[in-house]
Amino acid sequence: MAAHRLRIHCPHCGVRAVEEFAYGEIPATPDALTDVDARDVDRAFMHSNHEGPVSERWFHTFGCRRWFTVRRDARTNEMLPLPE
Amino acid sequence: MNEFVERAIDLRWPAAIKPAYDVVIIGGGGHGLATAYYLATRHGITNVAVLERSYIGGGNSGRNTTIIRANYGIPEAVRFYQRSVDLYAHLEQETDRALMHKTKGLLWIAHSEAGIRQERARAAVNTACGATTEYVDPAAIGEICPQIDLTGGGVWPVYGASYHPAGSTARHDRVVWAYAEGAMRLGVDVFQRTGVIGLRMERGRVTGVETSQGPIAAGVVLSAVGGHVTTIASMVGLRLPIRTHPLQAFVTNRYAQAFHPIVASSGLGGYASQTAKGEMLIGAEIDRAPSYAYDSGYPFLQHCAFRMMTLLPFLRDLRVLRQWTGVCDMSTDYSPVMGLTGVDGFLVTTGWGTWGFKAIPAGGEQLAALIATGRTPDLIAPFSLDRFARDRTMADRGSAGTH
Ligand SMILES: Cc1cc2nc3c(=O)[nH]c(=O)nc-3n(C[C@H](O)[C@H](O)[C@H](O)COP(=O)(O)OP(=O)(O)OC[C@H]3O[C@@H](n4cnc5c(N)ncnc54)[C@H](O)[C@@H]3O)c2cc1C
Ligand SMILES: [Zn+2]
Repeated sequence: MAAHRLRIHCPHCGVRAVEEFAYGEIPATPDALTDVDARDVDRAFMHSNHEGPVSERWFHTFGCRRWFTVRRDARTNEMLPLPE
Repeated sequence: MNEFVERAIDLRWPAAIKPAYDVVIIGGGGHGLATAYYLATRHGITNVAVLERSYIGGGNSGRNTTIIRANYGIPEAVRFYQRSVDLYAHLEQETDRALMHKTKGLLWIAHSEAGIRQERARAAVNTACGATTEYVDPAAIGEICPQIDLTGGGVWPVYGASYHPAGSTARHDRVVWAYAEGAMRLGVDVFQRTGVIGLRMERGRVTGVETSQGPIAAGVVLSAVGGHVTTIASMVGLRLPIRTHPLQAFVTNRYAQAFHPIVASSGLGGYASQTAKGEMLIGAEIDRAPSYAYDSGYPFLQHCAFRMMTLLPFLRDLRVLRQWTGVCDMSTDYSPVMGLTGVDGFLVTTGWGTWGFKAIPAGGEQLAALIATGRTPDLIAPFSLDRFARDRTMADRGSAGTH
């Protein structure tokens, strides 16, 4: 799999270097986890860290200063289309 | 022949995979192979397979900057890493391999009042827990490492440092090979190009693995796959406090003078040492965005080189030879995650992030003891996965820092 240099597609400003942005994880505690305490532990400490396509938030710190959602293949850094 | 040429390594590759093993270890990095080695040498357990999907040492164990030290910030970590420092000191003798282990001393520079407090605290907790670290002033720093610009280019003045005489380095691939060789000599089977693609479960217990070469039954399965641990753990629905981040490093051409110590700076987020060949080896912080891509780029090089030059101005005259990347299993509290997982028959060794090369001997030794006896040794009990649910995290970000 060819690695792409990680460049973020800001919906407002276009394709920019990753150094302009701050990363934001979207926490995703599984629904199957129903115990309240276990959900708290998961939310505080655990990560999905999926080795494949991931959805995530980015903040354009040195740009439009807006948050937006991106879909990316974590194996290659390729930008993917957002689900409709 | 010179010291860079390895004598023929005696790796006895097995002919065929057996249908079942007492222990299956996923991942032929330092941690997986050291665990196999100590199972065989300390506990007589040799019905063990190590499954490596690529080549042994091809992960982070062959990509790191090889710094070995015990100057961590919390007692549990100092004791654990000191054990590893002690094992490394005798590893050449034990394995009869030239691992190029070299004690250099490590300076951890403070550039602010807060930094001074941190390095004083490090020296105090190290001394109290059996590691040797002392606080030194700028004059002493200048004597230990005359190349440091104590004004820090006028921007990062050097206020003081903690000095850890045991700080050392070793040739990483030889460490991997020495453990593989020692384990294989006693009958452990190590397979390359054998990837694990599934875990077999029966009544809530892991009973084997699915591999690219077919299924293998196992009494116990240990995941030692570096940055890929989430992929293995998710096969049994296990959630981990791990995020995978790339870490880059680079090496320059030969610096004609001797640069003796290892120099690290939290303020600058970087560290430098000299390889046996004379190259300057420089590392820095992880890439901020999690990723599994082995991409290395110019922005890192620019940022890291610029900062390290303020401390070590002679770097200006050197050229970058190579740059590379590893993908690191970063834990939420910046400490390792070792041992039982709550899933029967399934253990992990992870959370080695950017700091796990130094831990290979002690990590392997302690996990082997756990697998052999079924009991978690005291030395690694604080690093069990269940610490997060018990609200006993081992927060030590200020010591894990990048090396
Ligand atoms: C640039 C860099 C600098 C570093 N500097 C230092 C340092 O100075 N000091 C220090 O102490 N630490 C350092 N580290 C960290 C250190 O390298 C790692 O923590 C350590 O090597 C981890 O060893 P490991 O055996 O757990 O993982 P690895 O060495 O990564 O081994 C894991 C193995 O598992 C294999 N694998 C993965 N998935 C599968 C599968 N499904 N089936 C079979 N096999 C699989 C991989 O191919 C790999 O060979 C650095 C890391 C990097 C990247
Ligand atoms: Zn923007």
